Amino acid sequence: MLELAALHERFSREITESTFRDNRRVIVPEDKLYPVLEFLLRERGFDMLVELTAVDYLEYPKATDRYGVVYGLINTTSGERVFVKTFVNPPEPELPSVYPLWRSADWLEREVWDMFGIRFVGHPDLRRILMPDEFTAFPLRKDYPLKGRGERHNFPVITRAES
Amino acid sequence: MAVGLPENIFLTRLDAAASWARSNSLWPMPFATACCGIELMATAASRHDISRFGAEVMRFSPRQCDLLIVAGRVVMKMLPVLQRIWLQMPEPKWCMSMGACACTGGVFDTYAVVQGVDRFIPVDVYVPGCPPRPEQLLAALIEMQAKIMRTGTFTGREFAERTTPTGPPRFDIDEVRRFREAMPVEGLQTYMPPIVDPEATKHMSNYPVDIPK
Repeated sequence: MLELAALHERFSREITESTFRDNRRVIVPEDKLYPVLEFLLRERGFDMLVELTAVDYLEYPKATDRYGVVYGLINTTSGERVFVKTFVNPPEPELPSVYPLWRSADWLEREVWDMFGIRFVGHPDLRRILMPDEFTAFPLRKDYPLKGRGERHNFPVITRAES
Repeated sequence: MAVGLPENIFLTRLDAAASWARSNSLWPMPFATACCGIELMATAASRHDISRFGAEVMRFSPRQCDLLIVAGRVVMKMLPVLQRIWLQMPEPKWCMSMGACACTGGVFDTYAVVQGVDRFIPVDVYVPGCPPRPEQLLAALIEMQAKIMRTGTFTGREFAERTTPTGPPRFDIDEVRRFREAMPVEGLQTYMPPIVDPEATKHMSNYPVDIPK
């Protein structure tokens, strides 16, 4: 069982936690993220990264940071789960890649980069995964309009006479 | 000297004979990307049996087909593929847009979904429905046959006359309205009002949405 005191002792008092039902969230400052995740993998046996996603808190009341990035971990021996959350801010949101720790981070980090534009430093192949390569925006950001900026109309028109 | 026609011989125009043969032996290319594809399969299966109308030979190579059936939504990553398939099909060829999504984008009015394939490839027959029932698709096929019989020529010269796109223009009036809606409106009450404390959020970029003119 992961105790908050162990994280406080080893890393920083800035780490906080919250629970919702049986769901534990550990909120870690951005600069301590990689050491904390490495500690969870190597010493606490959280050997599976099941989720990696992000939230845009633009226009949220009481929000102090723009993006939250959430890592969902499982210890496959004990079945324990923990969510690690951190916050990043514009103009260049960046986080260290956790690809060296869990291979499953490969496509998950590519998806977060594609949708939110959060760059994962150290990722071996950070390309878009869902949108076409020539797409320039990050569509799940809250300041991007739902109907796009005309990208869906940016194709050549083939008439019957010329095909 | 008047010579009567012998038995089993009749006279017709070459255009009509070609159209008759073509319309009763359509080879569909199923471009099925969504649930319309399931109805398309049901149409080809025994209960509805599209082979009654001579269109049962579904080929998955565009080089062997003359009727493109676009069944389902087409996203902007898939549209270049669709255009390439259309260009690979040999003449004469026709296109059927099946279902609300292929015709107009349907409920998927988002940044990634093409709002109707007729904006970018020529379409002959539209099939409404979400998804259309197999009977509707069969009715559309019969309509397609009637259109070929009505307009078809042996050399396909009727195709050369269609020099304008089938669909609406790139940014029609509807699209302009949508852009206006996407812009933030002053004083509009939303379900979650934006933050009013600029001090707490000054490090968050809240740059305005720029709309293409």
